[in-house]
Amino acid sequence: MSYTPQMQELIKKVEATRPERVARAKRGENFPALSLEERAVVLGKFHPDYQEEGRRALRVGPDKGLVVPEEVAKVMESRSMLRPEKIDLSKPDYDTDILILGAGGGGTSAALMATDAGLKVIMATKLRHGDANTMMAEGGIQAATQECDSPYYHYMDTIGGGHFTNQPDLVAALAHDAPLSIAWLEALGMIFNKKPDGRLDSRHFGGSCRKRMQSSGDMTGAEIMRVLRDEARNRRDRISTLEFTPAVEIILDESGKCAGAVLYNMETREFFIARAKAVVIATGGNGRLHIKGFATTNHYGATMDGVVMCYRVGVGTTCLPSTQYHPTGVAYPEQNVGLLITEKVRGLGAHVLNIDGEQFCFPLEPRDVESAELIKEALEVNKAVVTPTGRYGLWLDSPMIDLLHGEGTVRKELPAKFIQFERHGIDISKDPMLVYPTLHYQNGGIAINADCETVVPGLYSAGECTGGLHGENRLMGNSLQDVITFGRRAGISAAKYVTGGVELGKLTLDHIAKFEKELVDAGITDSIIAPILLPDYSTDEVSARRLAEARQESE
Amino acid sequence: MSAPKQVATGDRAILPEGAKTIPIYVMGKRYEVPETLTIMKAMEFAGFKFLRGAGCRGGICGACPTVYRKEGDYKLYFGLACQTVVEPNMYLAQIPFYPANRAVYDIEQIEPLADAVHALYPEIFRCVACNNCSKACPMKVEVLDYISAIKQGDLARAAKLSFDCIQCGMCASRCMGELPQYHIAQLVRRLYGKYIQPGAEHLQKRVAQIESGKYDGMLAELQKMSHAELEKIYKEREREPDMVPLGTWMPKDVSHL
Repeated sequence: MSYTPQMQELIKKVEATRPERVARAKRGENFPALSLEERAVVLGKFHPDYQEEGRRALRVGPDKGLVVPEEVAKVMESRSMLRPEKIDLSKPDYDTDILILGAGGGGTSAALMATDAGLKVIMATKLRHGDANTMMAEGGIQAATQECDSPYYHYMDTIGGGHFTNQPDLVAALAHDAPLSIAWLEALGMIFNKKPDGRLDSRHFGGSCRKRMQSSGDMTGAEIMRVLRDEARNRRDRISTLEFTPAVEIILDESGKCAGAVLYNMETREFFIARAKAVVIATGGNGRLHIKGFATTNHYGATMDGVVMCYRVGVGTTCLPSTQYHPTGVAYPEQNVGLLITEKVRGLGAHVLNIDGEQFCFPLEPRDVESAELIKEALEVNKAVVTPTGRYGLWLDSPMIDLLHGEGTVRKELPAKFIQFERHGIDISKDPMLVYPTLHYQNGGIAINADCETVVPGLYSAGECTGGLHGENRLMGNSLQDVITFGRRAGISAAKYVTGGVELGKLTLDHIAKFEKELVDAGITDSIIAPILLPDYSTDEVSARRLAEARQESE
Repeated sequence: MSAPKQVATGDRAILPEGAKTIPIYVMGKRYEVPETLTIMKAMEFAGFKFLRGAGCRGGICGACPTVYRKEGDYKLYFGLACQTVVEPNMYLAQIPFYPANRAVYDIEQIEPLADAVHALYPEIFRCVACNNCSKACPMKVEVLDYISAIKQGDLARAAKLSFDCIQCGMCASRCMGELPQYHIAQLVRRLYGKYIQPGAEHLQKRVAQIESGKYDGMLAELQKMSHAELEKIYKEREREPDMVPLGTWMPKDVSHL
């Protein structure tokens, strides 16, 4: 499905303005960026986070009163899958030092650090080891490694990009550890894009003052995940990985310490009790909740399980109302809708253009600002392309990249993206791409400190399921750095806690009854059962024919 | 142009106005699905809910390899369900997992030599160069070429040739010599990344600076700053020019480097 004849006509307008735009780019001239005041105006008017519709206050739990998207509120105010009175906690099926929930970049980093400390680890995950948003991150990983840069500027870009709403101790931890994390990955054998002398190739990104984005082709996250997973497999005597077996509840002991989790084998539909001296939650984001019906870049299992489980044991959140819409999701062809087009495309110089081939924004604003500018161009200025399936799109002029950096750069720097479009008959080194904002990242989440501790002793968390590091807006490349830096920190902290000596008392799930009583007391009778684990994409027609399920639900 | 109608929410497949349906055969059983959808979305449209066989849904995780034939065509085709568009009368089956032998090794102890790879995977010499592996690769990786490079001892070439591998296992499923190609390639890429590709010297210097505590004071100072103070220095920070080569530009203010 290449471009339709009508779309090919529109592409001519992009081609018409291209030579002049390329010449300007070569002279180092940019479309002017917005001032902080102008940013605030466009965000307030066009960013979904700033609109009242579709949001409401939580009625129960530690964050009662906090206004979050409806889809988030629904899972936070949910009931448990379990009936605790029917569960015998006295005979655990698994017993380990550290139980890690989630096997993406954060969970796997934590597992490696915990085994470095000589401990035994169980890593339980919903899909396969590595099926996670880490795998999908394309563009790169931030770390102040170059001479003209330092953790000081990494801190500043991160907190400025987050509109100064970030939790300072987390930002400092990130900026401090980032180069250490890169060195760790290099030592594990990760392949980075490097100059012939070994210098890490580094680029600008939205909101950067220094070139700080290291990458591995356009599959940086996949390369990180492959390497971490391979190393975890080499340590199978110390790390046992349970696939298709997510956690559904956290278990405490009678003194209130974290003591494990209830695991659910999705293939056999059996529940298992896993006792552990410490638990690390690294369950990732919430894109599959499809806030406001937006398409998402997230993997299939991104349903916010960790935040839901933590909420029931009294762990609150930071920045939860904030969601990141990536400015450049695919708008065409339909098969790829919602998939991410890495910010690296703009980092390499591609302009964002309207239907007339005109620039209307600085291409490397922080992501929320950039998204709001695209939505504005579509909804207010009315200069977006409309695709054959009725979706808005704006041009991302990828052919500029070869003109700026030499023939073949697109293929070399964006190989996965090139193949993905080539499959549908579009050569992105010759024709521009159509893009529109897509649901990308859960900015907020479980409240932690710089040692990844929650308010519950023995319960740690790291990565996208946590909140505070990015404030209300995340910069590119800080998510991969987040999972590595804080995954490592969580593993180290949990190991230190366990090595210090942990005596578990009697196990309990009393917090479930307590939370469900709170629901009843708040008059909430229609709550869903969560974690939802996987999204449901059946059509209305199919659902209507599932008569047996409808009957079971009504009983 | 008119404003778009609400066409789809999330990933739920839709039948766009005027779109045709076509028959596909999922493990031999016929379903009518909208054309232009991917195999994955078409199966969900038909009522399947994936547990295995779906992962990133973006063509990079290797969870959804699918093998199919077209009616009247002897050839076997391979693709990712999340990336391959349905065709009329395709007969398909997903292969979400394929068993493959993986050797355990210690990355700190192993030598970056072909001999070490051959010792861990002696079956590599059972390769008969039939090229079924490359034909089965949904990422168009030249699997046979990298296996040949490893046999010949060129690990750097093999690392580069295998870089796009998503470890879906289709190569191994078709191999006459019963090789686990993608595990061998993973080992080779780590050897390349750790031992063969030149190390980043500027990174080592930065690590030493961090470990010496050089930035602890600066980061503590930043954490104490008010919003207004931070905003002021944020606005004033110098931006490294786009087109200057790496490692050549320095800011005017070097006091926080």
